[in-house]
Amino acid sequence: MSNLISQANAPFEGYVTVSADAPMGMLTLRGDLSSKPFITALKKSVSTDLPSACQITHDEKMSVAWMSPDELLILTPYDQVAGLQAKLQKALGKKHFLLADVSDARVSFTVSGDKVREVIAKLAPVDLAPDHFAPGMFRRTRFGQISAAFWLLSETEARVICFRSVAEFMFNQLSAAARPGSEVDLWS
Amino acid sequence: MSTRLSAGGRLIDKSKQISFRFNGKHMTGYAGDSLASALLANDQMLVGRSFKYHRPRGVVASGSEEPNGLVNLGEGGQFEPNQRITTTELFDGLAATSQNHWPSLDFDVGVINNSLARFLPAGFYYKMFIHPRPFWKHVYEPIIRYSAGLGKAPKDTDDSIYEHLYSFYDFVVVGGGVAGLQAAKTAGDTGARVLLVEQASNWGGRAPVDGGEIAGEPVDNFVDQTLTALKKMKNVTLRTRWMAAGIYDHGYMIGYERINDHDPSDTKPRHRLWRIRAGRIITATGAIERPLSFAGNDIPGVILASALRDYVVNFGVSVGDRTVVVTNNDDAYRTAITLKNAGLEVPLIVDARPHGGGALADEARALGIRVETGKAIAKVHGAKRVQSVSICAQAGEGAVLEEVSCDCVAMSGGWSPVVHLWSHCGGKLLWDEHEIFFRPDVHKPPLDQDGTPFVYAAGAANGCFGLDELLQDAATQTGAATGSKKTPKLPNASPRAEAPIQAVWMMPQGAGIKLRSKAWLDFQNDVKVSDVQLAAQEGFESVEHAKRYTTLGMATDQGKLSNINGLATLAGALNADIPQVGTTTFRPPYTPISMGSIAGAARGEIFQPIRKTPMQSWHEEQGAYMEPVGQWRRPYCFPRAGESHDQAVIREINQTRNFLGLLDASTLGKILVSGPDAGKFMDMLYTNMMSTLKVGKCRYGLMCSENGFLSDDGVVARIDEQTFLCHTTTGGADRIHAHMEEWLQTEWWDWKVYTANLTEQYAQVAVVGPNARKVLEKLGGMDLSKEALGFMEWADGKIGEFDARVYRISFSGELSYEIAVPASQGLVFWNALLEAGEEFGVMPYGTEALHVMRAEKGFIMIGDETDGTVIPQDLGLHWAISKKKTDFLGKRAQERTHMTDPDRWQLVGLETADGSVLPDGAYAVGTGKNANGQLNTVGRVTSTYYSPTLKRGIAMGLVHNGPSRMGETIEFAKVDGSRVPAKIVDQVYYDKDGEKQNV
Repeated sequence: MSNLISQANAPFEGYVTVSADAPMGMLTLRGDLSSKPFITALKKSVSTDLPSACQITHDEKMSVAWMSPDELLILTPYDQVAGLQAKLQKALGKKHFLLADVSDARVSFTVSGDKVREVIAKLAPVDLAPDHFAPGMFRRTRFGQISAAFWLLSETEARVICFRSVAEFMFNQLSAAARPGSEVDLWS
Repeated sequence: MSTRLSAGGRLIDKSKQISFRFNGKHMTGYAGDSLASALLANDQMLVGRSFKYHRPRGVVASGSEEPNGLVNLGEGGQFEPNQRITTTELFDGLAATSQNHWPSLDFDVGVINNSLARFLPAGFYYKMFIHPRPFWKHVYEPIIRYSAGLGKAPKDTDDSIYEHLYSFYDFVVVGGGVAGLQAAKTAGDTGARVLLVEQASNWGGRAPVDGGEIAGEPVDNFVDQTLTALKKMKNVTLRTRWMAAGIYDHGYMIGYERINDHDPSDTKPRHRLWRIRAGRIITATGAIERPLSFAGNDIPGVILASALRDYVVNFGVSVGDRTVVVTNNDDAYRTAITLKNAGLEVPLIVDARPHGGGALADEARALGIRVETGKAIAKVHGAKRVQSVSICAQAGEGAVLEEVSCDCVAMSGGWSPVVHLWSHCGGKLLWDEHEIFFRPDVHKPPLDQDGTPFVYAAGAANGCFGLDELLQDAATQTGAATGSKKTPKLPNASPRAEAPIQAVWMMPQGAGIKLRSKAWLDFQNDVKVSDVQLAAQEGFESVEHAKRYTTLGMATDQGKLSNINGLATLAGALNADIPQVGTTTFRPPYTPISMGSIAGAARGEIFQPIRKTPMQSWHEEQGAYMEPVGQWRRPYCFPRAGESHDQAVIREINQTRNFLGLLDASTLGKILVSGPDAGKFMDMLYTNMMSTLKVGKCRYGLMCSENGFLSDDGVVARIDEQTFLCHTTTGGADRIHAHMEEWLQTEWWDWKVYTANLTEQYAQVAVVGPNARKVLEKLGGMDLSKEALGFMEWADGKIGEFDARVYRISFSGELSYEIAVPASQGLVFWNALLEAGEEFGVMPYGTEALHVMRAEKGFIMIGDETDGTVIPQDLGLHWAISKKKTDFLGKRAQERTHMTDPDRWQLVGLETADGSVLPDGAYAVGTGKNANGQLNTVGRVTSTYYSPTLKRGIAMGLVHNGPSRMGETIEFAKVDGSRVPAKIVDQVYYDKDGEKQNV
């Protein structure tokens, strides 16, 4: 499989580091997240807690992000997505839902460094002050002119996802925002 | 002459000399100088020529209100016109040139406009628009307009870097003077997130120059101590060189940070635009001094009294040795006292008030300065420099009492609070007839989304002068903003002990036309007292009309000095009260901000997102000629060496029709629609019946808007009982997905349907041509025989080692498979097809070949045959419109009389008699003319191509009664006036029975 996949760019070393991630397994699940039977069925295959609004939950197997009141994004290692999709399909059975593999529709980037917050604040209209955006939160937003979502893995590391077709644009604009000399020093 | 004093200069560092150039001349200044102070220190008093009359002009102010000191700054990629010298910090190697002069600053030909002043009155251009007409084109436009104007437009690409930053605060305090510092402290003490900004590079505002005491110590100590305290507060952010440019609804605010204007050699971004959401905004923006209107008030050497004080105290620079101070208020006495203490001569203070000033006046007299009350300046003498002033009675008409020789005039017409930010988002103003200024009306503040005030003005910006009064006001306003009940303990501060100001709008009061036409209101746009009076006389009574007629306040300084004087003059001319006349609108930005900061990082490769398919790198390597389709760039054709695009398209079509073509179709929209009600939903979205489509089958469908117009088309595949995959046009994917969601979320919210846009999940390749099956069979993996996968069927499986979904659909009329693989496998799959296809004559083709092949088959294109006014019935697509369904989007609209009108133009094929290609969009000419005298038209070309298959031009078009006129010849007009006859034919030119695609 891996020999079928084209390779990503080398990382950009700015005042934070911007790197394209290896392909990540992603499933879009739409369904009634307020329905107890739906949640019960879902929990058979989803090991993490289900995220509340604007949150992301993680365990060693997967992450689950809240996309909208009726949509979750489930992240797994790329090679496990088919298995999880089948399990979910089975667990949800005849309930009303939509489950789709979107692993290839999106790409992800890791932005790491002490000033990761302010680099994101140059592109996304999101309050990134430490007491307003913390690891565990998830935000669908825009980065410059493109749709994106991101979350913090730690105080010094963020993951950013966007559509595959604009991967190069995202990488370039993150790199521009991380350009040495353009530090804002907003939270340091 | 202006010069550097031996002492003074709190902002400069005399140990650090800096060299710079002005109009090519080498000069020196010190670190901490502004370009204005450095020029004055070099006796460069003449800094520019005025806009209209090319009069010599000097520095009037010391801050962002400066109207005259505008220069072309920098060179090459750093060149920028209209830069204010008063806010430009001096740096080593700075190069500036003065503007609006020819051939030189000292000798300017345009000054002839000055002697023609009476022929260039207010409203000059408006009057000349009328008559004489030829004069406009041959005289006014080329000569007078050419000579009017400010800086040059940059020629080179800006090589600086800019960026944006989003930021969020509970409170933003604008202005780093005493009031702003106190406001930030008061707000910061609540623990809230506070941003305190100052447009200059130093803190403290005017107070360190104007003096006074807080807590029994010089005010500077208060500034230092408060600043130290604020720096220790983690919840407070402090930024200098940061201007609040505008305030908008919902607490949105634009800040303009000038990061390295003062050090362009640095690698930092030049400007950063802050896009802020603020809970509450406190504007402690201070006040601006007004000039006085007397004849010759624009001669270099006439300067605002406070600005002169700034130059002496901040930069150790004097404008002249003998300064006459002219005022209508006490504040200007501070300048006289400062000058005297610096060892400079003040031969006279001219105070227009009959009773003169208070304690400050006494102090000035005690220093031995002569004070004349009830007097005015009749006229300033001099051309490029002040030589003397004539003194007269303020109450009279200008009869000269004495002439006083001097080389500088310091004027003060009172102060105006900086209410710009308060006003941007709807804050109202009150006329204060005691203080003679507009102040914020605290009962009519800017309101936020909850109807509560979100902007508070504090200190001098709120009309509070005197240290005790403005400290108190800063605390009170901030308390109101924070809602805190606690009142901070404020130190004692100097009170304001001043005699009342007196309104003086013309000096002397009864000045005749000769004096009034030399008394400037707007220095930058060359508007005089007489111009505003003429506007009033000619009926421009509204302040907004008078502004546009005279151009008062319309220059880059937006009337910071001229606004109040101008409208007071207008009020006088109309015999109305000032508040009745009102102000013009204050609009953002406060001062001009760079274009680069607005664009931010969006330039070069990140100017605009360009969407790329997984195979894009291959296309680029082949040198494909790209065309924009939405935000995608798709290969139009793949030209080879020495080949034109037309030749490439012909080659690609011939190869595809005869052998094998590959098209990157990844950009086509792919939207998954799933749920128990999906069939019902699909029947509403499409004009066709989709719910009856069998699993495993495909159907071409049309989507219309509610108004019946054709909006998108594509092939629908039924995936399972409750799931459909809808293909849309490339440009339509996001729009159609949003269209679906809108109907589901707002109208049919109880239908059990979910959608997902999977466009980018797949790379899709159309494998087209007689050899299509052979290449796929060679790769192997799944049965693609006619029996296993018939026309308009799809199947999942493997092609080689790739996970594939194969659709047997055709837009070219050939045997054709569209194969979707996961996007990450797209490029490798594409290469595998090229390699395997080599023996079958494989050739990639672009969008133009696709279009031509579609047109040869008579298939419509969304955007060619449709333009938002076309319904499917116009295109002969009745077969795709279900008659069984009770409803679908567009159905009712299509039943309206206009839509069923038999006179609607309808789709036909068009064949020129000579085989030539019809011009795109050409109209078919009818008989007679319409009401406008234009030829009547009976049709138009919607797509037109050269068909290599038929070896002639082919076209489709909408023609009146077209389908019933087969064989008839109509004429199309060309832009050169000639006409092309074309025969109406069936639009399907190629393989009408579909035998080729069905093998």
